[in-house]
Amino acid sequence: MSEHVVSPKVYVAVFVALLVLTGVTVAAARQDFGALNAVIALAIAAIKASLVVLFFMHVKYSPRLVWLVVAGSVFCLLLLIGGTLHDYVSRGWLGAPHM
Amino acid sequence: MSSEVEAAHGGHGRAEAHHPALAHHFESLAAQKEAAGLGMWVFIAQEVMFFGGLFAAYTIYRALYPEAFARASHHLDVTLGAVNTGVLICSSLTMAMAVHAAALGKRRQIVGWLLLTVLLGSAFLGIKVVEYTDKFHHHLVPGPHFDGAALGLAGQDAQRAQIYYSLYFGMTGLHALHMIIGIPILLALAWLARRGRYGAAYYTPVELTGLYWHFVDIIWIFLFPLLYLIA
Repeated sequence: MSEHVVSPKVYVAVFVALLVLTGVTVAAARQDFGALNAVIALAIAAIKASLVVLFFMHVKYSPRLVWLVVAGSVFCLLLLIGGTLHDYVSRGWLGAPHM
Repeated sequence: MSSEVEAAHGGHGRAEAHHPALAHHFESLAAQKEAAGLGMWVFIAQEVMFFGGLFAAYTIYRALYPEAFARASHHLDVTLGAVNTGVLICSSLTMAMAVHAAALGKRRQIVGWLLLTVLLGSAFLGIKVVEYTDKFHHHLVPGPHFDGAALGLAGQDAQRAQIYYSLYFGMTGLHALHMIIGIPILLALAWLARRGRYGAAYYTPVELTGLYWHFVDIIWIFLFPLLYLIA
């Protein structure tokens, strides 16, 4: 896509960050933060995924059209999960059967 | 392509036009590469939605049955899961290095990094086999022989744990299938790279397979905390 050649130093730095974040996510799961546990786990996973997308997958150096496709896929995924979830979450409010 | 047509195109990059990998309907290798990259990204966007259905199902059932999911998840081996996460991240690094070697036109290095990626991918699948075997031994595979006894669950709770294991096998199985498809592609690339097919001017297949491999890594980055770390 781009002719930009990323330095191996960047790859190694991203690699180390990914390993450290894996350790952090395991350590965080052992603490009891209540409902926040899931939020923390997903936030760390999102940071790791962003590092992979931006550097390993070269999106940082890619044309705008690629950015658009990436953002579009994330948006559609959130619509899919959010749309389904808002139905299930709101069932209790109107006394509709839960299952 | 006739010389007339080439002249009509303004006679751009004559040397490039003769590159064997350049399809006649592209003006240049750079344009061809950009189109191929965009196509791969559209494929990955489709893959996101493909896995998205399973992630949506997981979200709903975990929200409905949090206790059964936590109990069922407790039986997974966090150490094996964490080690496998590390193995997959290593394989992403070696894949990125293969693409890097290709961009610099270092053919022998491309082969080496690709084979290392295959090795790490196989190690991941090997650990997955160990984990799956354990689930079979403990009757945790969904179906008529599913038994919640290994989880200390019975009745309705065991049924709910079975939903967790259906999602576990569905999601990790689909992920493993992607790797089983990826490994022969990496081997084919290594073979072609060895024969000198890829150089600094043209290495699109290596780069696109890299995108696929990193995408599979990202799926696991989400599967690991969602499946292993909820107990």
